Amino acid sequence: MRPFRANLMICGGTACVSNRSFDIKKALEKEIEKQGLDDEIQVVTTGCNGFCAAGPLMVVQPEGIFYGHLMEKDIPFLVEEHFLKGRPVKNLMYVPPETEVPIPKMNDIDFFKGQILIALRNRGLIDPEKIDEYIGREGYYGLLKVLTSMTPDEVIKEIKDSGLRGRGGAGFPTGVKWELTRAADGDLKYIVCNADEGDPGAFMDRSIIESDPHSVLEGMVIGAYAMGASQGYIYIRNEYPLALQRLLIAIDQARDYGLIGENILGSNFSFDINVTRGAGAFVCGEETALISSIEGKLGNPKPRPPYPTTSGLWGKPTNINNVETWANIPVIINRGANWYSEIGTETSKGTKVFSLVGKINNTGLVEVPMGITLNDIVNKIGGGIPDGKKFKAIQTGGPSGGCIPAEKLDLPVDYESLAKAGSMMGSGGMVVMDETTCMVDVARYFLTFTKDESCGKCTPCREGIAQLHRILTKITEGEGTMEDLELLENLANVIKDTSLCGLGKSAPNPVLTTMRYFKDEYLAHITDKKCPARVCRQLNTYVINAEICASKGHGCGVCRRECPEQAISGEKNISHIIDQEKCVKCGVCFDVCKFNAVTIE
Amino acid sequence: MEKQKVEQIIAKHKSEPSALIAILQDVQEEYRYLPEEAMAIVVDRLNIPLSRAYSLATFFTAFSLKPRGRHSIKVCMGTACHVRGSGMILEKIERDLNVKRGETTDDLKFSLDEVYCLGCCGLAPVVTIDEDLYGQVTLVKMPKILQKYS
Amino acid sequence: MSKLKIEDLQKINEKVRQTMLLREGNGRARITVHMGTCGIAAGARKIMDTLLKIIEEKNVKDVILTNSGCAGLCSREPMATVELVGEAPVKYVDLTEDKIHKIFVEHVQDGKIVTEYALAVGSERTH
Ligand SMILES: Cc1cc2nc3c(=O)[nH]c(=O)nc-3n(C[C@H](O)[C@H](O)[C@H](O)COP(=O)(O)O)c2cc1C
Ligand code: FES
Repeated sequence: MRPFRANLMICGGTACVSNRSFDIKKALEKEIEKQGLDDEIQVVTTGCNGFCAAGPLMVVQPEGIFYGHLMEKDIPFLVEEHFLKGRPVKNLMYVPPETEVPIPKMNDIDFFKGQILIALRNRGLIDPEKIDEYIGREGYYGLLKVLTSMTPDEVIKEIKDSGLRGRGGAGFPTGVKWELTRAADGDLKYIVCNADEGDPGAFMDRSIIESDPHSVLEGMVIGAYAMGASQGYIYIRNEYPLALQRLLIAIDQARDYGLIGENILGSNFSFDINVTRGAGAFVCGEETALISSIEGKLGNPKPRPPYPTTSGLWGKPTNINNVETWANIPVIINRGANWYSEIGTETSKGTKVFSLVGKINNTGLVEVPMGITLNDIVNKIGGGIPDGKKFKAIQTGGPSGGCIPAEKLDLPVDYESLAKAGSMMGSGGMVVMDETTCMVDVARYFLTFTKDESCGKCTPCREGIAQLHRILTKITEGEGTMEDLELLENLANVIKDTSLCGLGKSAPNPVLTTMRYFKDEYLAHITDKKCPARVCRQLNTYVINAEICASKGHGCGVCRRECPEQAISGEKNISHIIDQEKCVKCGVCFDVCKFNAVTIE
Repeated sequence: MEKQKVEQIIAKHKSEPSALIAILQDVQEEYRYLPEEAMAIVVDRLNIPLSRAYSLATFFTAFSLKPRGRHSIKVCMGTACHVRGSGMILEKIERDLNVKRGETTDDLKFSLDEVYCLGCCGLAPVVTIDEDLYGQVTLVKMPKILQKYS
Repeated sequence: MSKLKIEDLQKINEKVRQTMLLREGNGRARITVHMGTCGIAAGARKIMDTLLKIIEEKNVKDVILTNSGCAGLCSREPMATVELVGEAPVKYVDLTEDKIHKIFVEHVQDGKIVTEYALAVGSERTH
């Protein structure tokens, strides 16, 4: 095979694809052909590169040059300059907001610098639909190693020694869970990969599957060997069509190669994997509900014990791990527990993948060593807050987690520290909030979610969350009282203590943490009837600044036309006025005015 | 509704109660809702009570018992989209199309739903219509986007 | 595709290793061909093409080939820089197909600098 001298790694992650990265790819291929470079330069589609904020993006290898915000019209110039004449194009490179000096190489960009890639080791380097490329990065070497040189007990010991803990939320030691499953009575055992990814603001698991599905499969085969399981299931969220498609392709390829199926790699070990699609219920991410859903039943959680490790799928011992947990396994086997446990802190080993979103410059997917401070994630990797706004809080753990305030930005990211701060590691959602985010609204937002998603089986969760939500709504509408605050806290604690499953047990966390760290915001809503962040629209009064409207906007009338209640009057060149009697505070006028003439009082 | 199609869907799966969710998902995909006749055939073949299919159909958000619109609008209500104002976008669509979230317009043109995180939070707020994804949607842009669909 | 045996995994790995090294950007040796307008006019494309052919023929896995812009010495084009891991880059000038062949065999593969074609050692960073 004639080698290529350059590979253009075009990101085919969801965000870049939505930004038309496939059109960029086509344009590149066309231009490369036009310049007669098509036998020297290859264009490759990869999974999510991680730096979604710069998409659509590509990385030019071997030089490692990073181009972001690509547009089709840039392509002819880019191909001629860089690939024909060897002059990388500066104005398509990443420019950090504060310096304005372009950074050519991906690895010199702050976003990538602090990261250590284990679960995401192949991101941007392989085409996820080509098993050979996975093998080219020593894929399935871990499997080979366990099949040829390790007993199941040795595998379990290795995982235990590595200190790996579950990445799906609770952080249970993976090796211990495997040991329990192995020791459980019964010939027939199952393993499950939890790819339900319920956190409403996160996409780690999806990205892992989309960019490197074989890493999950290999982890599962190794686990099956260690635990003596013969059948595996991957339970994947319904809204992930691309991940599902890549997973199915990967399974077919692995089966063709005999890496799953009968007599794997010629050994006498056999194991197969099925995929089950979720049907849209957050609670099905909870392990007992997930099992019921695979059995074709309602996704209702069950009380534990018995734990799935003794009685799970169809009553058989079942081990459930999260996508990211599985993706770590091959590397731990390949490089050894010692190597792995060097990374991270005393109690939290290795790395964690986070989806870093919200009011942050470098939105994207990051993998960082445990123990890194929140500050490093937000300000170094994340590049700080856009538009010169002030950081207010970071939310971790999704609807089960909490909001951590600015004072605690030095907190190291590990299971214990986050729990002590009232939040949790969770599955890896990290939402950054700035001064324009209202913390009462955020608490209410998460409860809207958990209220809708509560399966309704137990009363504290079903009724309690609805009541919390009702009280919070009251507060955001300016109807709250001081007694409500007390009630909120009491109720939250009761729900925490008495709910059947993790959904109810953790649902009050967003309320409790925001009350703990942002009490003044609650008070502002209750006593001053004001929302300091101006998010709770019922507490806002919208007015039009006559001066700006007339002089800058010339009475453009956009707000008048957009107002659903016809509450705005005015004419061309004349300042408009809002009739406060008619105004329903929908906020549309504020949003649509290009001249910032609408203000909130 | 053609009986045959439903039979074909059932034939693709194991005739076991455990396949119920997967079969209903395929039926939903075919008809964009679960027609009563189709559910009757499914439970008959799997030899289970109709109530079981109903309980699943009402539990999971992927299923609908009413016919859905030709175009499916989904507004992301994920955390990132929420903090960047997707709630106002949703309200705007509700007003403009005179339809509530979770429902379908009278002319069966649009169905409007909330979804949670589509994995492109960098583009928040995000709206999808059928297979098309729109990022950084604003109140002003929204009507123009809707106009593209007939 | 038939089922893999233990040895096959290694074979597949070798087959794609070159591509992977390229993408990881860490080969044992890196050859940079200078392809400014002057370089192209002087025949740099031909040198690039020859190198790609040699790498294919010899089935070499750990050499990375890239291009860069004008090296500022237009009279001596075509030019290429050879850099072995841990050693200073060496710049070769006035290249022809035969010369690059010899450079590949002696310097890139065997590690001995071909002094008669070399312009300077360690004079510049290539990337
Ligand atoms: C309400 C609820 C939702 C959950 N959602 C998920 C999820 O989306 N993905 C996941 O991996 N684990 C989720 N979990 C945790 C699982 O129950 C289980 O602990 C996990 O999959 C075990 O894998 P791990 O040990 O590798 O983390 C959820 C738990 C609860 C209580
Ligand atoms: S929150 Fe909307 S795409 Fe992630």
